[in-house]
Formats: sequence, C-alpha cells, structure tokens
Amino acid sequence: MRGKASEPGGQKTLPVAKRVLELTVNGDRYEVAVEPWTSLAQVLRDELRLTGTKVGCNEGDCGACTVLVDGRSVSSCLYLAVEAEGRDVTTIEGLAETPDTLHPLQEAFIEHGGLQCGFCTGGMLMSSAFLLSHTPEPDEGEIRRGLSGNLCRCTGYNKIVESVDAAAKRLAADEGGTA
Amino acid sequence: MSTPPIIGARIPQLGAREKVTGQAVYTDDMKLPGMLYGAILRSPHAHARIKRIDTSKARALPGVKDVVTGDDTLKVAYGNWRLVPDIQDEYVLAVDKVRYVGDEVAAVCALDADTARRACELIEVEYEVLPAVFSVEEALAEGAPTIRAEKPGNLSLTREIEYGGVDEAFTRAEYVREDTFRVPTVSHAYLEPCSALAAPDEGGRVTLWTSTQTPYIVQVLLAKTLGLPENHVRVIKPQVGGGFGGKMELRTWEFCAAFMALRTGRPVKFTLTRADELAYGRRRHAMVLRSKIGLTRDGVILAKDLDVLLDSGGYNAMGATATFLVGNFGAMLYRIPAYRYLGRYVYTNNPPASAMRGFGAPQALFAGECQLNMVAEELGIDPIELRIRNAMQAGDSVPGVATARTCGFREALEKVRDASGWVEKRARKRPGKGIGVAGCSFISGGVFNWFDTKYHFTSCEVRVFEDGTAHLLTMASDIGQGSDTVLRQILAAELGIDIHKIRLTAGDTAVTPKADLGTWGSRVTLMAGNAVLDAARKIKEMLAGVLFMEYDLNQIHDVAFAGDRVFVRAKPKRGMDFGECVYKALRGRRGEPLTAFGYYTPRDKGLVTPAFSFGAQVIEVEVDEDTGVVSVEQVHTAHDSGVPINTMAVEGQLEGSIHMGLGYALSEELITVEGRVRNATFLDYRIPAAEDMPPSASYEIVTRDPEGPYGAKEAGEGLVSPTAPAIAEAIWDAVGVRSDTLPITPQRVLEGLGKL
Ligand code: FES
Ligand code: FES
Repeated sequence: MRGKASEPGGQKTLPVAKRVLELTVNGDRYEVAVEPWTSLAQVLRDELRLTGTKVGCNEGDCGACTVLVDGRSVSSCLYLAVEAEGRDVTTIEGLAETPDTLHPLQEAFIEHGGLQCGFCTGGMLMSSAFLLSHTPEPDEGEIRRGLSGNLCRCTGYNKIVESVDAAAKRLAADEGGTA
Repeated sequence: MSTPPIIGARIPQLGAREKVTGQAVYTDDMKLPGMLYGAILRSPHAHARIKRIDTSKARALPGVKDVVTGDDTLKVAYGNWRLVPDIQDEYVLAVDKVRYVGDEVAAVCALDADTARRACELIEVEYEVLPAVFSVEEALAEGAPTIRAEKPGNLSLTREIEYGGVDEAFTRAEYVREDTFRVPTVSHAYLEPCSALAAPDEGGRVTLWTSTQTPYIVQVLLAKTLGLPENHVRVIKPQVGGGFGGKMELRTWEFCAAFMALRTGRPVKFTLTRADELAYGRRRHAMVLRSKIGLTRDGVILAKDLDVLLDSGGYNAMGATATFLVGNFGAMLYRIPAYRYLGRYVYTNNPPASAMRGFGAPQALFAGECQLNMVAEELGIDPIELRIRNAMQAGDSVPGVATARTCGFREALEKVRDASGWVEKRARKRPGKGIGVAGCSFISGGVFNWFDTKYHFTSCEVRVFEDGTAHLLTMASDIGQGSDTVLRQILAAELGIDIHKIRLTAGDTAVTPKADLGTWGSRVTLMAGNAVLDAARKIKEMLAGVLFMEYDLNQIHDVAFAGDRVFVRAKPKRGMDFGECVYKALRGRRGEPLTAFGYYTPRDKGLVTPAFSFGAQVIEVEVDEDTGVVSVEQVHTAHDSGVPINTMAVEGQLEGSIHMGLGYALSEELITVEGRVRNATFLDYRIPAAEDMPPSASYEIVTRDPEGPYGAKEAGEGLVSPTAPAIAEAIWDAVGVRSDTLPITPQRVLEGLGKL
C-alpha cells in the first residue's frame, strides 16, 4: 500500500468509485477492484501478491519495478493499473517459460554474479529481456544504455553487463542451432 | 595441510535462484492477517521546542487504530554506544525538542497507508522555533544555540591520538605542507527502502521482521525502549536489499511497529519512501580535514598532524566510532613515526550522520592521499615511488592501536604500476588525459566493544545428521554481500561435505545462538567465519572417535574430512561416508544429537581490528576542458584481502566499491540548505548508472593472515576509499586542476580552469 507520497492529503478522502479491472499477468487472468490512481506496481504487489516486482523509489527513477506490458518495459510504479487492462503483463515471476526452468538471462545472472542483494535484480532482468527482444545481439554500449534506467547500488553493473552479454550469446547460439 | 578447493572458488550465492525468480522475500513483501499500516509525522523545523501535541483529530479519523507520541513512550535515551551512556542521546519519538528537519514526532497506524498518512497531517503540533546551526563552524562559534543541554557549545565528543613527538619531528622536516579538505555528506542509497513489520506474540511478546544489518542490536535496544526483557523480543532479518552501514541501529519505525503491535494486538508495518531515505535517513559524515605533513627532501614521512571537524547532525548515532576511525585511518598505509590527531564531533541541526561503508576511511584517505600526491609533485618524486618509500609492511604497528600482521600494500602498488603502464603514461602527456593513484586500508571487523555486549562478538551452532547433511545457525546477517554463502563455504571446507547439504538459518534472535554484533566494519567473514571453524572443529572431534573405534587406530593417526567422507588421513581407504560416521557417533551417544557451538571474540588484538586489508588503485580519466566533464576510462586495482574465500563475491565487493567511490568522487552530495535536503530523489541525487561505470581490472595480492579463517581478511569496504583521491590526481594530471573538495563536479573543474 504505497500511494504517491506527494499526493495532497485531502484529495483522497472523496469516495471515488473503484473500477473492476481484468488483468492478464504472466498468462493468468485476474479480476481486481482498483482506484483510478492505483499504480500497476501496487496492484501486482498488494492485490496479486506478486512481490518480485520491487519499489525502490515509486517515482520512476530506479527501475526496480520494471515489468513488460505487451512486451515493452515500463516502470510499473508510474504506470496506472487501469492502463494495463486488456494488455499482457509479464513480471519477473513470469520471465521463465515454466516454473521449474530459468530464462537464460536468469541463469546468466546467477552464473556471472549479476546480483548481490537482489533488490534491483527483477527490474534488471525485465529491462534486459526487453533489450534482447529488440536487440538480440547487443554490444556492450547497447547493453549499458538498455540498463540506464535501472539503478544498482551493490554490483557496480559490470557483472550485470557480462551476464546480459552471456545470455544474448547463448540465445543467439540456441537460435543458430535450431535454425 | 592444503586448502580445500571450495576456498577461493567462484560460487554463486546459494540463494541466487530465489532472487532471480522474484521469490526472495524482503520485509515490505510481507503481509499478515489484520495488518495495519504505519506512518510517521516528522518535524518541519530544524530546531524547535515542542509545546503541545494534539492528536484528537487524527484519532477521530475513521480507520485509524492508534496514534503515539513521545509522551506515550518510556522516554529512555538509547543508542548503539551502550558502553558510554552519555553518548546515547536519541529518543524513539521526540521528547520536548526536535533537532533536525525530519526528527520523528508522532506515529499513526491505520487500516491502510493513505489513511495513516492523512491522520499524520491531522496531528497538531505547536512548536517554538529555536535558532539553528547548519555547519560545524557555526555550531562551535561563540554564542551558538545549544542543541543538547548536556553539551553547551555543541562539542559532543573529542578524540585525540598522539605519539612520536610531533612538534620536534616537524622541526626536523625539510618539507612541510598544510592543506584543508572538505568532503560532503552522501547517502547509502541502498535500493531497498527501510521497512519493519511487527506482530504481537503470546504472553506480551513481540516479533519484528526488519530490514537490518544488526538483528541483535535491534533486539536489545528495542527491549530497552519497550521496557521488556530482551527475551520477549524476537527480531528476524528477512532478505535485505543492501545496507552499507545505514541499517545498523534501532530506528523509530522499528520501535513504533513493535509498540503499536503490542498496543493494538495487530501486526503493524512501516515502509519508508525514497524521499524519506534521502531527506532524513542516515548518511556519511561531512567533514573538514586540516592535514599537515612533514618529510625529508627525499620523501620520507617524519610527522603528520590531522585536525578533523565532523558534522554529527542532531544526534550522535555512531559518531564516536567515526571520530576515532578517521584518526586511525589518518595514520594508516605509511610509516608515520610521529602523529597527532584531534577529532571533534560537533552537533548541528542537519540530519544525523552515522556509519557508512568505509566508515571514516573515505574522508581520511581523500585528505591523506590527495595531500601525498601534492607532496610528490612538489618534491619531484613519482607518487607511486613516494608511497613505496613509506609503505607500511607486515609487522608494523600503529602505536597502542593495532598491528598489521600481514600487509600487501607495497606489492599492490607495484602491481597497479606495472599493470596500468603507469610509468609511460605519466611521462607521455596526452591532452585532456590523466592518470592518478591512491591507496587504501581497512579493518576486518572491530575490536572495540562499544555495544558493551556480554556475549561473544559472534557465535554459531552447527548440527550434523545421519543423512550426511548439516545445519548452520548464525545471527550473522547477509544483507546482499553473500555471507550466507561464504560461511557455508567455510563449513563445507571444514567438514568436507558438499555445500548444498548445508541448511542455513540466519538472523533470527529467537533461534540463532547469542550473539552476533551484525554486519558492519567488514567483520563477517573473519569473525563469523572463525566461529564456524570453532564449531566445525568441535563436531570433527565428536566424529573422529568413531574411526578410532572402528579401525582400532594407533594414537598417532589423524582423521580427514573430504568428499563427504571421514577417513584415516594416511590410509584414505579406511573410512566411511560422513552420514554413516554421524550415525555411529549418534548411536554411541545413545541418541544425543551432534551439535556444537562456535564463538569468536577478538582478544588481545589492540583497539581496532584483528587484521587490516590493503589496496592500491590507478585510474585513468579524460577531462573535457569545455564542459568540465570527467570520464573515467579505466580502473586498475590491486587488493590484499588475505585469502579470498569466494572470488566472485570479492570481485563483486570491489566493483560495487568502485561504483560508490565514483559517485563520491564526481556526482554524489546531499545538497542540504538550512537542514533541508534539496535533492531527495534519485533523479537529483545521482548515483552512477551502468553507462557511467568504467572498465575495471583487478588483481588479488594474496597474503595469508594468521587470524583470518583460511587466511581471509576483509573485502567489503576498503576499496571504497581510493577511487576519489585517485580520480582527483588523474584530473590534475590531465588538466592541472586540483580539487580539495568533493564531489568534483563539472562546475568545480571549470572553476579550476578559470573558466567560471
Ligand atoms: S520503483 Fe518504479 S522506478 Fe523506482
Ligand atoms: S544487487 Fe543490490 S541493488 Fe543491485
């Protein structure tokens, strides 16, 4: 329950009708009643209990809350839940194809030490997944730019960049193998 | 005996899978039935007397379940420095006075967070605004307002160190210089904002889940402020999203969550915003450092005199430690035969500063290393050569304080010199490009018992089972750095079992053995690691007897533990599976489980630490003379952290330190005007992003410290220090601008170039 801290106190005392939304998250359909200003991050975390999406700032500055909406990365703390209606939302919990496997990005982050405290990690992975979806073979500069909206205080980023690079190469090799 | 291969291995964190899938649970992810949401009312004034608080309107708001102010509490002063009660100056909620913008005045809990926040706005507080001071100089000036009645004049603490006859040594010096350096206050900026959730427990007890580095300290101070026996308070550390020193004290929201959970009979959760963290949270100390150094003409240090003013902010927090450590680090790295230090800790009405990664070292070493580079310039000696001439060596002591039993500083300097192509790059000037150097040293855990614990500094319990598995219970706190993995590596190495067979329970004060002082001072690997060794060796004693019985061994034999087997070292075929050995021992004990406690307390190790790390860093930059923008192009680091237990984790600490050092050097500063932070968002308080990070090459200088488990020393904090002075030197080398002030923003560079 983290509303915008800057919201002036008086405004929300007015009873505003909640809206019932149909959301599709990680392929599952949910019905939730939300206020018009409720962020997607808040619905994911509080209502759907998908807490892998983190809130590091609630202001669009840190990227910890990054999810995919129709395949594009968004900061879910700034993205209104009502806007997600009728769209496909993917969170970190839905990045791997099945619950018992890992996405190559997840494997690479583990193997190359692309995480420490893990608080930025879900957002980093979702931004990386978006990057690879439009730039399957990024060079180092493209990886760094692709992650420029995601802050990490622990790793110094270099191992994250290595992880994304390794995952991209593996995905490209797998593609080559199956083609 | 050879070191088991798991020591020094690159092992990913054992909990990494949970972190990459979003399953790892942090405090704010938790929700309990009937849970209430808390909010804090903070002071809008930097210094004021509280005349009256009226909470009636807040209480009347539907959905509000409790409102508390200082009057509802026991009004006991608390703080981490239990050893010196006079230093404990903080209240969980303000009593009579507020001393900084953001000082906590009241708290509310309600059915939802919005209601709690609205209720805070309905609390009426009548203040009598008092004159305030915002710099150490103002605070010490004649006639300055008194911030804490016990300390008229605002000088909270003084620390002096002196040895070697400083005045006499300066008269012998052929070269003397004196400089003043200013370093700003900066934020830990851990990504996880603080959060605490408390639930009432049977019999008037309470459980608190909190984002902390120090569950034991929180337990003890929470019990004191609640007026409960320690054993009534259970503190559990879930996953923690970084701390860097900012989460090592009892904080108001932890108290309020527990207090209101007890009062309402319902779980209560508080979670801070980023603005709360940046505007009011703990921070690194701003300091003014005046340093005077005397040398012979050929660059041998004879004396140093360091005078430091530290900006406390409104409360002492961990300031007494900071005041000592700056003086300690001022004397490190080099053989300084005569040294004098005066540190003064000064109350102001800024938000309180406290521990942050490197604690005292980034400031002391910015001043010391910049000054040494200036000395090198004036004496016409290469800065690395000057350092080598004076470098501390193994066995050197800081009188009365500590001895460095191992020291790879000289080797580190030589390594970065050779690996970076230093000699050639310094000689061949290229327009706008420069190269600089700095060194560092840090402690592997603190010796001084400021918390006044009656328990061992760290403890653990190891249990082994007949299925070949083990259980490690420890209060040591992994806050992201990976100590849960490192401690299991040490146990796996010692018991000779697969690391995946070790279950870990950590950071739960009701379950893990008392005590562990927490994660700070880079203490976990050395101290908790030694406790694990102690427990493991006791377990091995219990198991060795089984082999002696089984094989009727000659008394001279030794028993080895490796590959999930226990065997006679000289006759490896004589042995059995680890699990079978436990089974046989268990039968022999007629069912009494095999469990052992391990402890570590640094005794007879001086005043500071059992072991020092060392390092050296060379940095190459390019400076744009039109914009003043500094780009860091390459970092070379050589690092003596003893024997690394987990190479990947050590590299991670190094790279994270460079990130933090880079921000300290070039961009980070909490801009505070009259006690109000003006840049309390990540947009305005800029920590380096992925694009800002330079390529980095690192080299381990392996020393085997006799006090460290398998020879390990610290890796988490030392390397946060050299980056800023090395960059400052590289900027000078590039464009001839010296900065004695951090951060070195484009504006400061342009001012130095005379373009502004
Ligand atoms: S929480 Fe959304 S960008 Fe920081
Ligand atoms: S791993 Fe901690 S913030 Fe990135």
